[in-house]
Amino acid sequence: MKTENQIEIIDLEKLKKEILSKRSLDQPMVIIAGGTCGFTSGASEIIDAFKDELKKQKLDGKVEIKVTGCHGFCAIEPAIIINPGNICYKDVLPKDVGEIVSETIINKKVIERLLYTDNVTGEKFLHEEDIPFYKKQTRRLLANNARIDPLNIEDYIAVDGYFALDKALKMGSDKILEVIKASGIRGRGGAGFPTAIKWEMTKKAQGTEKYIVCNADEGNPGAFMDRSLLEGSPHSVIEGMLIGGFTIGARFGYIYIRKEYPLALEHLRKALEQAHEYGFLGEHILGTDFSFDIEIVRGAGAFICGEETNLLKSIEGAIVEAQTRPPFPAIKGLWDSPTVLNNVKTLSSIPLIINNGAEWYSNIGTSTSKGTIVFALVGKIRNTGLIEVPMGITLREIIYDIGGGIAKGKKFKAVQTGGPAGGCLPDSMLDMAIDFESLIKAGTIMGSGGMIVLDEDTCMVEIAQYFLTFTQDESCGKCTPCREGTKHMLDILTRITQGQGHEEDIAVLENMGSLIIDASLCALGKTAPKPALSTIKYFRDEYEEHIKNKRCPAKVCKALVNYPMPNED
Amino acid sequence: MVKLTIDGQEVEVSEGTTVLEAAKELNIKIPTLCYNRHLKPYGGCRMCLVEKSIPNSPRPPELIVSCAYPAENGAVISTNSERVLNARRFVIELMLVKCPDSNEIKDIAKEYGISKDDKSDLVGNYLLNRANTTNHTKCVLCGLCTRVCAELVGMSAISFSGRGSRRKIKTPFDKISSTCIGCGACAYLCPTKAIKIEEAS
Repeated sequence: MKTENQIEIIDLEKLKKEILSKRSLDQPMVIIAGGTCGFTSGASEIIDAFKDELKKQKLDGKVEIKVTGCHGFCAIEPAIIINPGNICYKDVLPKDVGEIVSETIINKKVIERLLYTDNVTGEKFLHEEDIPFYKKQTRRLLANNARIDPLNIEDYIAVDGYFALDKALKMGSDKILEVIKASGIRGRGGAGFPTAIKWEMTKKAQGTEKYIVCNADEGNPGAFMDRSLLEGSPHSVIEGMLIGGFTIGARFGYIYIRKEYPLALEHLRKALEQAHEYGFLGEHILGTDFSFDIEIVRGAGAFICGEETNLLKSIEGAIVEAQTRPPFPAIKGLWDSPTVLNNVKTLSSIPLIINNGAEWYSNIGTSTSKGTIVFALVGKIRNTGLIEVPMGITLREIIYDIGGGIAKGKKFKAVQTGGPAGGCLPDSMLDMAIDFESLIKAGTIMGSGGMIVLDEDTCMVEIAQYFLTFTQDESCGKCTPCREGTKHMLDILTRITQGQGHEEDIAVLENMGSLIIDASLCALGKTAPKPALSTIKYFRDEYEEHIKNKRCPAKVCKALVNYPMPNED
Repeated sequence: MVKLTIDGQEVEVSEGTTVLEAAKELNIKIPTLCYNRHLKPYGGCRMCLVEKSIPNSPRPPELIVSCAYPAENGAVISTNSERVLNARRFVIELMLVKCPDSNEIKDIAKEYGISKDDKSDLVGNYLLNRANTTNHTKCVLCGLCTRVCAELVGMSAISFSGRGSRRKIKTPFDKISSTCIGCGACAYLCPTKAIKIEEAS
């Protein structure tokens, strides 16, 4: 144990100045987007090519190579930025690297063919932030992903990292709660529960030990928001947990991360190690009486573990089974102690709110939903990627202005939000301003941020069947309505796609769906019927075509598509 | 103490009492299946669902499991509203499709007037006449056997394995359990007599 005299008090301002003084703004730098998406598009080959080329041209040491997290625009990766000049090149190949070094880095000339070009207007863009995909976004949580090396804590400190922790420790827990409450932030995991209320309940709850848990078990098909944040800025999550832990009176936190995220795990481990070295974790943090540590728990691949009561059971090492609430985790959670569970994006928002103030946060958004929201924009869309937009933006702006419209000139059919717990919205809903409430009213949910765009070649019955197959398989099986009911719904949907639909099937699906929602134990069962219910609501004619005319309008359901053979003679 | 109203009658119970126990004090019968007063509340079968509302609260009325839900001050509970009866019928119908040969489940269904000839009940009519029944068993997965073994016998000789509709009661690794003491508590509590105690041959 350290004694009072040995406590090393870190002066963050001084530390930041020292870090910045070592860096020169004029030094040439190649920034390479290195999230999982970047690496799968070939970022590691680009990194190697730059290292070789710089050596060849005797520039090693003179040009810095910075590998950051995912910048967001997955469709143009591998993407790089050259400084000075802030020049963005897309779809870079190893064979381009020699030219980039001699032309752009040495001769300061722009290589036109590597610039992003708008398909419609033909306009070329020099800077990443001017590309239409980025232009309409408000990148706050994702800002670090493009500017810091996640494996270097000094990069994080250079952009005011851990300043919020320092500030929060001086504010005290009551004042922190006041600020978080005034910001209006609601949980980014999907349900949108006010974060301040959750923290306050846990702070007030009786218990000698309290815990804060980060839910990084992102399991929705097509969702990668949390992964990208953990890969690109792991310290933001750690700092958020520290502030949360301090506020509720916890000495220990867990990050529950899904097993399928090896790169995020590696970055997180490194970040925890460095946070320890710098004294942001451990005993007497920043010279105060506050001591805190974080342990990583890896999920084993079950979707249901993303539900809070299941997640806590999984950390305890027990059989994963939904638990009846109350008592809520805030009162009786991990090992029966008061526990706060927050999503990765919620926790990453906390340092920003503390640093910039509640008003900065609440200035953006709608009356009930404040701040920005991160979506993984995927599916049949031209510009796939990770986006951050203000609450209240319309789906049309997201899909057409940011997403660039539907890929391959096809027609838009629907947009799916909220993963297997959400629903599909048609063309007529595109001008709706989105927030937690409006999406629920429309028959879907905000969810944690998955957004899948579907085009005219999608069969809505098959989409519902796909999601029901997923939830049915992932149900824990504890309660009767979810375990048995979703199986029957899936049977019906499967029959319809095979051309064996019955005239009563639509009504049975609707009634059974609402009974399952009403009677199930946890959020999985209470939302599992939504993909079916929302597609029936907006695409009933497609169900009817399958049932009455044995026809799949999108020509997806194999049993309902004829393959006319050319006449042999 | 907390005061609540169940089916129009007021009752005062000590804090932590479940809604089911509070109803018992008023002699109001709520059907249960996975509940046993000697075991921890489980809330899995959903037979004991009741409707809870808090007057003048912004929260809409909701269905809760009475066996696990603690009595709440000012709560108004209905054990037989239309919403409750519909959900309960649905749960019984689901169990009947899963365990069509269980006399015990058949009796419960009869008690609630569930019949496959009832055309007014759309979902029930589908489940009992047209649904896929290839997966039927005698076990309703209420968990009484595993819980009594773990909580009262202290052995955990059997447990759930698999998830979703693949969930089953099994011994570890499907082998003869080395911890089973042969007490028979599991078979005794099994509501559908799915577990049989046999002499080892």
